[in-house]
Order: sequence, then C-alpha cells, then structure tokens
Amino acid sequence: MSQRPDAVVIGAGIVGASCAEALARAGRRVLILDSSFAGGGTTAAGMGHLVAMDDSPAQLALTAYSGKLWTELVPDLPGNIEYEPCGTLWVAEDEEQLVAVREKQRTYAEFGIEAETLSPTQLAEAEPHLRPGLSGALRVPGDGVIYPPNAALALVQRAIANGAQLREGTRVDAIGPREVLVGRERISCDCVINACGAEAAQLTTGLPIVPRKGHLVITDRYPGFCHHQLVELGYLTSAHTMNAESVAFNVQPRATGQLLIGSSRELVGWDGTVNRAIVRRMLDRALDFMPGLALTSAIRTWTGFRPATPDKLPLIGAWEDTPGLWIAAGHEGLGITTSLGTGQLIADLIVGATPAIDPAPFAPARVHATAGVS
Amino acid sequence: MPRGGQSRISIVINGDRVEVPAGITVAAALFNLGITALRMSVSGEPRGPVCAMGVCFECRVTIDSRPHQRACLTAAVDGMHIQTASTS
Repeated sequence: MSQRPDAVVIGAGIVGASCAEALARAGRRVLILDSSFAGGGTTAAGMGHLVAMDDSPAQLALTAYSGKLWTELVPDLPGNIEYEPCGTLWVAEDEEQLVAVREKQRTYAEFGIEAETLSPTQLAEAEPHLRPGLSGALRVPGDGVIYPPNAALALVQRAIANGAQLREGTRVDAIGPREVLVGRERISCDCVINACGAEAAQLTTGLPIVPRKGHLVITDRYPGFCHHQLVELGYLTSAHTMNAESVAFNVQPRATGQLLIGSSRELVGWDGTVNRAIVRRMLDRALDFMPGLALTSAIRTWTGFRPATPDKLPLIGAWEDTPGLWIAAGHEGLGITTSLGTGQLIADLIVGATPAIDPAPFAPARVHATAGVS
Repeated sequence: MPRGGQSRISIVINGDRVEVPAGITVAAALFNLGITALRMSVSGEPRGPVCAMGVCFECRVTIDSRPHQRACLTAAVDGMHIQTASTS
C-alpha cells in the first residue's frame, strides 16, 4: 500500500474480514494483516452455524442483527460459502426443557425471530434419526449454515474490491498509538482494529480473552441423514457455564452430505491435541440423541480455540488505553454468526454513524469497570 | 474359467444377481465383472480401488443398505446386495 492506510485490521479471521469489509465499504483505506492466512484460524475450525442465540438480551440482539445481515448478504456471495438455510432445531429431552422451549419461543418473538414449537410427533417426522421419546423442539427456520473459511475469504475479497489490501504471513509484533509494528516496519494509521480472536490478548494486555478448546468430528457423506442443525437445549448451559469441560449434542448437515458432530468445551490453554476422552463423551452424547450415527464413519477429528470472555459477550469498541485502538474479539462460539454485526458496529462507531443496535453491552471499557474485583 | 470343486455363492450387484466364487472379496468380484468405478468423488469423478488393503478408502460401496463399506476388506457372502455409484 503506497498510501497510508486509514485503518489497519489485525487478523483476517471472519471477524477481522467483516470489519475490513464494512470499513472499506464506508470509504476507508484498509490494510488487513494476518500472521498466517485469511480464514485459517478459529474461523476454519468452527461449524459455521448461523444462529440466533439468547444467552442474554445483548447476545440475542447481536445474533439477530447479524442474522439479518447474513440473509441480506448471502445472495451476493459466491456459491462456495455453501449457505444452507436449514434452520435450527433446539431439542427438548423432557417436559422441563419443553417449558424452556416455550420461553425461548416467546423471547425470540420479542426480537422478531420466527420460531415454532414442534410436538414429539412433528419432531420425529422432521428428523427420523432422532431417538424416540423426546419431548419436542423449537424450530428456528431463519437460522442456517455456511462454510466459514470461504465466507471469510469472500468478505476479504469484497474489502479488496473496495480498495483494501491484504498482507498474509505478516505477524504484528506490537500495537502502538495509531500504529502497528511489524518487525522493523512501523505502519501508521488513524485506527487499529485488534481482531485476533483467541490470540487478541497477546497484542493487547488486559483483554480478558482466553482460548476455549473445542472438538469437531466430521463423517463421510450420508445425504439426507438429517435436515436441520440439531442442538440440545442443554447446549446453552454448556456454553454459558465456564466449567473446566463440558459436551453437548450438536449435529449439522453439510452441503456435501457430511455430518459435523460437536460439541465440546475445555479450558486447557493452547493444547490443540485431540483429547480422546472428551471426544468419546461428545460422541456418546450425540449417539444418545441419534443412535443411527453409530453406523456412520467418522473421517476426521480436529480442535479449535474459541475466544472466550468472562461475561460471554464479545468485546467490540474502543480500547481507551491506546489511542486509535479498537477491539473486535472475544466472540466465543458465535463468531461466524456475529462477525457481520461486529464489522458493521465497528465501522459505524469509527465513522461516527449511529449503530443499528446498542453497542454499550459490548464496550471493552466494561473490563475496566470490573478490574480490581477479584 | 470354472474350476472344479470350488463352491459358488449368489450375490446381487446393482440389481443383477450374479454367481461368484465363495470367499472372494467384494472388490475382486466387482473387478471380475469389469466394474472398476465403485464410487463417485465429491466433484463427480469415478473412483476405484487403489491400495486393495483398506487404507485408501477409494473402493467404498453400499453393502446391504450400509453406505461407505470398503469393498476390498469385505468378503462376499451369499445373498449380499452391493450397490456401486452410478457413473452414467
């Protein structure tokens, strides 16, 4: 880039890609730096579930807003993002969970998200491979699935079409006031966006983001085995509670006919090796809900690191300790969904436009508000 | 090339009933019939056995309604139904 960039986005995962896309669309000269390559980190390890999630009102606001942006954008993205509007089924195991399903339906309705409760019979008809005896499910038809690394690349390409530049294999050593350091190179700019996901705290001391490891298993192709993204209602508990480890039933049909099986959560630092014990627990949980999975062949297992925050909300906004620094990180397991809302929020805040949703719950300053409390 | 004394079994390949020697693998039975494209790749290309010892997974066929079974590791048994991918 011969001209000085207005904005330097660090991290070309899907969140950084979305920030770059939104800023370039707003007319800013954007430079994207990635230590490896675009879409290759946590983005490539994730399921790609576009989901409205209601762990908190702020989370639902951001996921609902992002879902709307995805629906608008998908027609303009290439086919290799493998978008499938399959919807989500939140599966209830017992009457208690069915009560929670009805509450969830009311909550979604308040946010204008369509959802319907399925009876046990309707659930069995919708997904014959689920075990008999389940109590019902909430179907959220607006949810979908994408292939995250290609979606991130598509966003980077759109940014580039609006004048952005991408430098891969470029590790940032430090962020200063309105500048970044890459080895001996000093790149000055108006603003820096730290979109380094689980690694964001390595560049910005004080960010409360830790890696939360997850496993995924992918099977061979079994077209038609299931039709929706299937998630047990207990998933929210698994995601919300910061336990040392937990698993939840979460199965996704891919465009190829393959099945993605999750999910697990562990706090083990940066150890990316496959933990066979937790994979066993995860698969047992999946088999409990879908016994027919036992006859499928798993062809690959991998791990990834979700960028987890203490309050389960991402950090989106200015970082007051460093002039010109903005944070767009800490999206835990929802970064694929919330990338678009995050990018638009960051761009609106930087250019001084009014964001479509209240940015206050995501303000990184809340970290300071709780600092010193132990 | 009939051999005296070797018992034969009857299996169904893509809907056609055929007789094959007892003990033969599914992959060998298919090869003897000139069927070498056993499955289709994701991009729609025909695939057949490469290693014939269970490693390459290129010989997968549907056996008795169970997809993705390795033809090279599966012994044919009387009455077995085998479906290869259509290459037409």
